[in-house]
Amino acid sequence: MSWLLPLTVALPFTGAALGVALDHWLPEWVKQFPALVFSVATTVCAVLALAHSGSAPVHWFGGWQPKHGIAIGIAFVGEPLGAGMAALAGVLATAALLFSWHYMEEAPRLYRVLMLVFLGGMCGFALSGDLFNMFVFFEVMGVAAYALAGYHIEQLGPLQGALNFAITNSIGAYMILFGTALVYGETGALNLAQIGKTLAGHPPDALVVVAFTLILVGFLVKAAVVPFHLWLADAHAVAPAPVCVLYSGVMVELGLLGVARVYWTVFEAPFGMHAPAVRNVLLVVGVATAVLGAVMAFLQRHLKRLLAYSTISHAGVMLAGVALLDHVSLAGVANLVLSHGLLKGALFLAAGVLLREFHSIDELRLHGRGRELPLLGVLFGLAAFGLVGFPYVGTFLGHALIDDGGIELGHSWLPPLLMVASAVSAAAILRAGARIFLGWGPKHDPLLAPEPEERPPEGRGSGPLMVLTVAALVAAGLVASVVPGLQDGTEHAAAHFMDRQVYVSHVLEGKPVDVLPDVPAVVHRATDASLAYGLGAAALTLLVTLLGLSGRRIPNVLEPPVNVLKAAHSGIVGDYVMWLTLGTAVLGGVWILTLTNR
Amino acid sequence: MNRRARIAVFAVAAAGLTALLVASVIELPAFGHYQGAYGNQLNREAVAERHTTNVVTATVFDYRGFDTLGEEFILFAAVVGVTLLLRRHKDSEDHQEVLRKADDDRVRSDAIRVVGLLAMPALFLLGLWLVAFGLVTPGGGFQGGVLLAGSLFVVFLAAGFRPYAHLTPAHWADFAEGSGAAYLHNFLGSGTRGTLESDGSMTLLNWATAVEVTAAMVLLFSEFLESYVLPSVRPLP
Amino acid sequence: MSYLPYIVAAWLFVVGLYGIVTSRNLIHLAVCLTVTQSSTYVLLLAIGYKHRATAPIFYGVPVGSRAVDPVVQALTLTDVVVSVTVVALILALTVDIHRDAKTVDPDEIEAFRG
Repeated sequence: MSWLLPLTVALPFTGAALGVALDHWLPEWVKQFPALVFSVATTVCAVLALAHSGSAPVHWFGGWQPKHGIAIGIAFVGEPLGAGMAALAGVLATAALLFSWHYMEEAPRLYRVLMLVFLGGMCGFALSGDLFNMFVFFEVMGVAAYALAGYHIEQLGPLQGALNFAITNSIGAYMILFGTALVYGETGALNLAQIGKTLAGHPPDALVVVAFTLILVGFLVKAAVVPFHLWLADAHAVAPAPVCVLYSGVMVELGLLGVARVYWTVFEAPFGMHAPAVRNVLLVVGVATAVLGAVMAFLQRHLKRLLAYSTISHAGVMLAGVALLDHVSLAGVANLVLSHGLLKGALFLAAGVLLREFHSIDELRLHGRGRELPLLGVLFGLAAFGLVGFPYVGTFLGHALIDDGGIELGHSWLPPLLMVASAVSAAAILRAGARIFLGWGPKHDPLLAPEPEERPPEGRGSGPLMVLTVAALVAAGLVASVVPGLQDGTEHAAAHFMDRQVYVSHVLEGKPVDVLPDVPAVVHRATDASLAYGLGAAALTLLVTLLGLSGRRIPNVLEPPVNVLKAAHSGIVGDYVMWLTLGTAVLGGVWILTLTNR
Repeated sequence: MNRRARIAVFAVAAAGLTALLVASVIELPAFGHYQGAYGNQLNREAVAERHTTNVVTATVFDYRGFDTLGEEFILFAAVVGVTLLLRRHKDSEDHQEVLRKADDDRVRSDAIRVVGLLAMPALFLLGLWLVAFGLVTPGGGFQGGVLLAGSLFVVFLAAGFRPYAHLTPAHWADFAEGSGAAYLHNFLGSGTRGTLESDGSMTLLNWATAVEVTAAMVLLFSEFLESYVLPSVRPLP
Repeated sequence: MSYLPYIVAAWLFVVGLYGIVTSRNLIHLAVCLTVTQSSTYVLLLAIGYKHRATAPIFYGVPVGSRAVDPVVQALTLTDVVVSVTVVALILALTVDIHRDAKTVDPDEIEAFRG
């Protein structure tokens, strides 16, 4: 079954290549189909790979199996979490392509080709078991994404957004490469399992710590974690809505997958005893991101920028879940990625519909106009509600498992903070929805800063198809918490993901594994704490939404820090790179002090 | 953030980052004392296994061929991306207009024309040689492909835009780029071939890469060139 | 000094970042990005180097003689292509930005705030 793994990359890539090669010879009406067909085919392969991920098939490209215990080829490993990300990428890409049927009238062929390459890049990154290969696919995703962000070349915003995106993410990629070179110099290996095996007895010296910092920073830039997050709001605000679905739903989360994978296969061994240092630093960063993202989201009136900051906030929650270094929390992250991806994707597509209908994406300018689209309003509200974390709905399972893990490890301060962050970011979305679709709240709001207008894409799109896609994503996202067997399945998958020795023996020596033994198809009752936090989140969200709609100013005491925050998000790439460098230096410094053997 | 503050904070951060990087690199094996198992093993076995003498090419197209595939698609995506970004607004000038405007850009010096037009076939042949012998001596699809594209650029430099445009029609370049990429895929995507294979497929991959890289470079250059030749695009509303 | 090439790599990385942070011209910025990336070439190739060794090309050279690491050379080849592609995209964006905003100074492009 391992042949399924390369297909998830081969199919979209071939589709993209043929899209360019044959385009001049195909009649117009045919041109829309191939991209969709390839995307669906990729999704099917990824889902099949997920179904067979229990044995975590390993695919060695070119047939180059390890010799004398040394990996000489490149491997793809089809373990459940990676295969799951690839499947999610396929689903969201297919939804995006369906949505954009006739929606992108300018250079639609180039758009579809880039989307397919983007999809292939994401699948490759999710499945790769080789450090340099991860870098290569990181760049594949990156290059396709940068170009897609700049799609609306006639406006300055998309160009600047794409530029900021390209520059900051490329620097992140070069940090990964520098770190990879350091690791290669030290261990002589590029295969993750091989590196992990070699570093197992190794003390954590400056090289290992700095390599870890660099590689992690690279992935954290992609994951839009504070202070590496500044590019994301710019890029999301300007990229076409279907592209944002992929950015928020998969690309950012893949950064976190990179963090987790590299930590558990490579760096957990040398750091072993000092794991709390890693955990605490990343927890702080995660929580800070969650809170900052939520606050910034609340201050936006540009709908896509608001949703972008909400994604940043969720990325912070996910990082906190990964940072706990515990299999229950990691399972929570997997569930959160799934439900968030589907629901956020739906929200971006809904924003795309609003843009097409009303030629505006500004919450205040759209005040009340959404009343003409009641069905969309209902879907928008449901999706936002799904993001709150109400018991057994949408993101609940993800949040609950992260909280459970946190409490078990003694970090009981964590769940309330995460609850507040997710409540505020969900409230921002609900506030926007109430204003747009119900006409609540004042027409002028001193809280929100003015934004430049956005021009919609030229095509009419297919109205019913667009709404249908939104509905499908919302429905899937809402039920994500109550899929029978999902909790147990993700917990087993997470436990396997964290087990380096099993990974090494499986990949390098071919020892079989059984990641998902007979998983009972049941839905567990959540812990009392989780239920309490879920209800609390819902209540808090309602409160904050109403506060947001009351049109009050920020209290004077909070104004200076808010202004500082806004000034930092200046749109100037020099500032962004400065924060990137500062963040790297601080992280590296803290880790050198706490992780190296004394 | 004002510029001064930014540079000041950056200076501090950069000092910290430099310290970190230096602290890490001095723990590498000293320069000249490479001991890695991976490279040494490939050097020992590649010649016998792959029937080629250039181990770097064997690594690029075989052992780590999948990286090459990914990289080809990075190139592919960049070309498509640049085409997307430099597309002009629909009702602006078309290709004929470009050619007409470009006639103002003729090369007038006979010396340049002669030297350039003599250099072009020489460079082209050199490029082909680099690709063809890339499995044996230094060279390969990438290196040769870049030189092949370069030889076409020399036509632009020596003779002007119109001759260059005639040599590189868009449809051909698109087709070459796409099919080079797709072809690469068919071989590298399947993973069933192993050490028993002769070096036949490496030759094909080598050429597919050369085609893909040449076409990609030509497309990139043409896109930028057309933007340069058409500076007077009407400002958009 | 047997660590000099590595330190040069570290220096290049940071100097490139300095160029990006202080840049007043997007084309200059794109080139500074390549300087940062070129530090990885230097690092990779320096790591693979062996004293008194030949290139990993055994044409006329017996197999088993001392040769440098071919893997880092392959990685560097890939790296170079990546650099070309990113710079091409950034330059394309620069052309567009110049057309729209009549400037190529990154500090002066003001499409975003807060």
